[in-house]
Amino acid sequence: MSKKILIADDEPNIVAAIEFLLQRGGYEVSVAHDGENALKLVEACVPDLVILDVMMPQKSGYEVCARIRERAEWRHIKVIMLSAKGRDTEVNKGLSMGADLYVTKPFSTRELMAKINGLLEKNSRPGFV
Amino acid sequence: MLHSTTVILASFAYLGLLFAIAFYADERADAGRPVIASPYIYSLSLAVYATAWTFYGSVGRAASDGVGFLPIYIGPTLMIALWWVIMRKILRISKVNRITSLADFIASRYGKSALLGGLVTVIAVIGILPYISLQLKAISSSYAILVQYPEIIMPAKVDAAPFREDTALWVALILAAFTIAFGTRHLDAAEHHPGLVSAIAFESLVKLLAFVAVGVFVTFGMYDGFGDLFARAAAEPKLRSMLTPFESVSGSYANWVWLTILSMMAIMFLPRQFQVAVIENMDEKHLNKAIWLFPLYMLAINVFVLPITFGGLLRFPDGSVDADTFVLTLPMSERHEALALLVYIGGLSAATGMVIVETIALSTMVCNDLVIPVLLRLRRLRLNERRDMTGLLLAIRRGAIILILLLGYLYFKLAGEAYALVSIGLISFAAVAQFAPAILGGIFWKGGTRAGALSGLLAGFAIWLYTLFLPALARSGWMPIGLLEHGPFGIELLKPLQLFGLAGLDQISHAMIWSMIANIGAYVLVSVSFSPSADEHRQASLFVDVFKQTGETGGARFWRGTASVPELYNLLARFLGSATADGAFREYASARGLNWPAERPVADAELVHFAEVQLAGAIGSASARVMVASVVKEEALTIDEVREILDEASQVVVYSHRLEQKSRELEAATAELREANDRLKELDRLKDDFVSTVTHELRTPLTSIRAFTEILLDDPDVELEQRKKFLGIITKETERLTRLINQVLDLAKIESGKAEWKESAVDMEEVISDTLAAMGQLFKEKNIEVQARLPGKVSAVTADLDRMIQVMLNLLSNAVKFCDATNGRIEIALVERDRCLQVDVRDNGMGISPQDQGEIFSKFHQVGDTLTDKPHGSGLGLHISRQIVEHFGGRLWVESDPGRGACFSFILPTGAAGECVA
Repeated sequence: MSKKILIADDEPNIVAAIEFLLQRGGYEVSVAHDGENALKLVEACVPDLVILDVMMPQKSGYEVCARIRERAEWRHIKVIMLSAKGRDTEVNKGLSMGADLYVTKPFSTRELMAKINGLLEKNSRPGFV
Repeated sequence: MLHSTTVILASFAYLGLLFAIAFYADERADAGRPVIASPYIYSLSLAVYATAWTFYGSVGRAASDGVGFLPIYIGPTLMIALWWVIMRKILRISKVNRITSLADFIASRYGKSALLGGLVTVIAVIGILPYISLQLKAISSSYAILVQYPEIIMPAKVDAAPFREDTALWVALILAAFTIAFGTRHLDAAEHHPGLVSAIAFESLVKLLAFVAVGVFVTFGMYDGFGDLFARAAAEPKLRSMLTPFESVSGSYANWVWLTILSMMAIMFLPRQFQVAVIENMDEKHLNKAIWLFPLYMLAINVFVLPITFGGLLRFPDGSVDADTFVLTLPMSERHEALALLVYIGGLSAATGMVIVETIALSTMVCNDLVIPVLLRLRRLRLNERRDMTGLLLAIRRGAIILILLLGYLYFKLAGEAYALVSIGLISFAAVAQFAPAILGGIFWKGGTRAGALSGLLAGFAIWLYTLFLPALARSGWMPIGLLEHGPFGIELLKPLQLFGLAGLDQISHAMIWSMIANIGAYVLVSVSFSPSADEHRQASLFVDVFKQTGETGGARFWRGTASVPELYNLLARFLGSATADGAFREYASARGLNWPAERPVADAELVHFAEVQLAGAIGSASARVMVASVVKEEALTIDEVREILDEASQVVVYSHRLEQKSRELEAATAELREANDRLKELDRLKDDFVSTVTHELRTPLTSIRAFTEILLDDPDVELEQRKKFLGIITKETERLTRLINQVLDLAKIESGKAEWKESAVDMEEVISDTLAAMGQLFKEKNIEVQARLPGKVSAVTADLDRMIQVMLNLLSNAVKFCDATNGRIEIALVERDRCLQVDVRDNGMGISPQDQGEIFSKFHQVGDTLTDKPHGSGLGLHISRQIVEHFGGRLWVESDPGRGACFSFILPTGAAGECVA
């Protein structure tokens, strides 16, 4: 059974790119354009991994991440934070919220896919691309 | 029947009562709960001003001069209004310098001059003698009249009576005994007599009560009220003229003015007034109440003067009864013996109050300013070496009291019969008025010197002796009367009563004019002619600038030398007794955190000054200075040094003013800097935000571009359809990037003022039409209904055509972005009014919340959070548009009710360089 991944970003073109990459990699992909929807989809299909844009309408990526980490049954969900803001404080904030990975935009698609694959195959340690 | 025994017993009982009150008040004061710490007691004690002269003499004067008795009470009432300025200053000076008497005050002001203190004392004693004799006369006459009851017989010539029956002498001796008991029971360094003051306040009440009682009795008992009494008086032609102040009175206006001035001086400078008002004052604040209470007392005691006068003149029309006695004889004539006795007690009260306070004040002066300085100079008495001086001081004062009263009696015997009560009192008033230039000049004019004060006092006093005192003796037959009628040696010009030919005035006005001219003239001329000594310079500044000094250590600045604590202590112990000295040193030491006597304070200038001030309280400032100088090695300061210290002090004041100013300026500058810093911080934060936002906005399109480029690069097998879509996205995102970069650069130019503006006459209608045409395709794609209401012809605005199109494009793209997704509708309106063009762009979207309405014009603000679909734009459009509109003198704003669309509007002036007010 293929792993499920949720992409939450309000930039449709970025979503389109990631979606294409993941589908080609064999993952089951769902998409949300804001934080509110992202949480609803997590609830509905409990993905194995969530890619969260930090700056989203309704709820920020930080908030969504924190909500996911609040619930024990979602503890296994991997979270990747995606942001155009790459300062140390923001990276640290994301990691301290419980994200497994913090990726700054623009990113290398190859590296991103490698990380995702890594996260979903074994319990790799959190890192920063 | 009033037997003499009854009267004598009543007199002693009354004096005993006074003494009991004084004793009680002293006890209370010693226990630390003084009864006199009250402004009411203070005000009542000031009423010692009203003596037997007021009590009996006012009616006497009214009988001869009508309302001419009034100036004596108008003067004090006027003067007391000035007390806030004058008396407050005198009070402060006296407290700071421990002044013990009027003579001490003047001596201290002019360099602690013993000579001046002595002169003032001599003038005061001689000047006051007539006044004291007047009281003795009043008491003995009233006694003599009262014991004749029910007959009314004027007292026989006094000197005709055998010596043993000479009432006045007995009165003088008894009063001396009481005064000694009141005033010299023990020695107080501050010359405070709480018991005495209480007794005086009480006697003020008694005399007022007695006088008002007679007034009420005459007005309402003998007649039917004021109306009846005045009507009967008016019916007598002789009495009617008395009701008009200036017609029947000799000297008229000048007389009134001089009497008023005279009593203005008297209320301040009579030794007894100075004693109760200054020396016995407990609290400067008591002045506040005294300023209206005392005039009230004056009014109360004068209300019934005219009724009693008229009553007396109507009752004894033949002139057989002396008008000075009406107060007493009217009740007697009506056989009202209790009232007559009360009146006698009231008169006794007024007289004894005056005599006791006056004599104590004078005896302090005689002791401190006359006898002690002389004794200290007599080296063979070896006074410097005596262990205990307190006994000697008390003995001197007691002797002085007896002497002064006996001299008063002597004057009474010599001149007492020659004048009415009022005239005798005025002679004394004129004498103390001589102090006015030296005192008033001394507290307000630093230029007044010792030599000036001495000359002024001597000149004024000499004229007083010649024009008032000598004539009194001459009229009594102790000098040839020819002196008055023809002048000395027949020189008419020097006639004492018409000096230098000045005639037509009454005796008092005449004397006042000449003595004041001589006094003030000599004081001012000599003061400005000779420069003062260092001591005088120092004291002048201490007195005149008393309110500028802080604490009691003002005088210590001016001392330099060496001293020892035991010597200073022994000095104090000798004059004040060891208990008082111990207390003073303990107080001084504990103020410096020391435990006397185990720990001794340093014998510095301050301690020496302290000792001198304590000593001054007992023996006067001039003597204290001599005594302190005898135990300390003092290095005299030269006048230049004193000046230097004074200059330094004033420089310090100026300097500290400047410092204050500087520190205020510094504070202001700091506040400005802080503000500027805050602004800079804010700007820095804005810049950071801007950079961060720009970075963010740049990274977003870059992300898509990179991602799709890598996809296409890595995967050559992407289907053609998808490949096209991805390339399309890349192109769009590249355009977005370009647009963003252009806008940021544009904004940077505008904000730095480097933007190029091509100004021309712009037709806004054309701008709108062109923009709408350019966007026509977009509207069609989005299925938006556009309605433009254009008037057809409007005035041109001066602006940059391209920029105006940019603004319209911005507003319209915003409208497209925000209008309803399915039934989009945009309305455009152009209106001309008040020399302005207004353009409205209205959409039918969800509107903008009030808090966002202000924000949307700031850089990079996007109303994103409320939208499910984030608008695509740089967030700079509105900001730039507003900058453009404002550049051309217009305004850009938004109005919106959330849920009902938004309307962006801007106005531009149609005039060349106008501005829109609307």
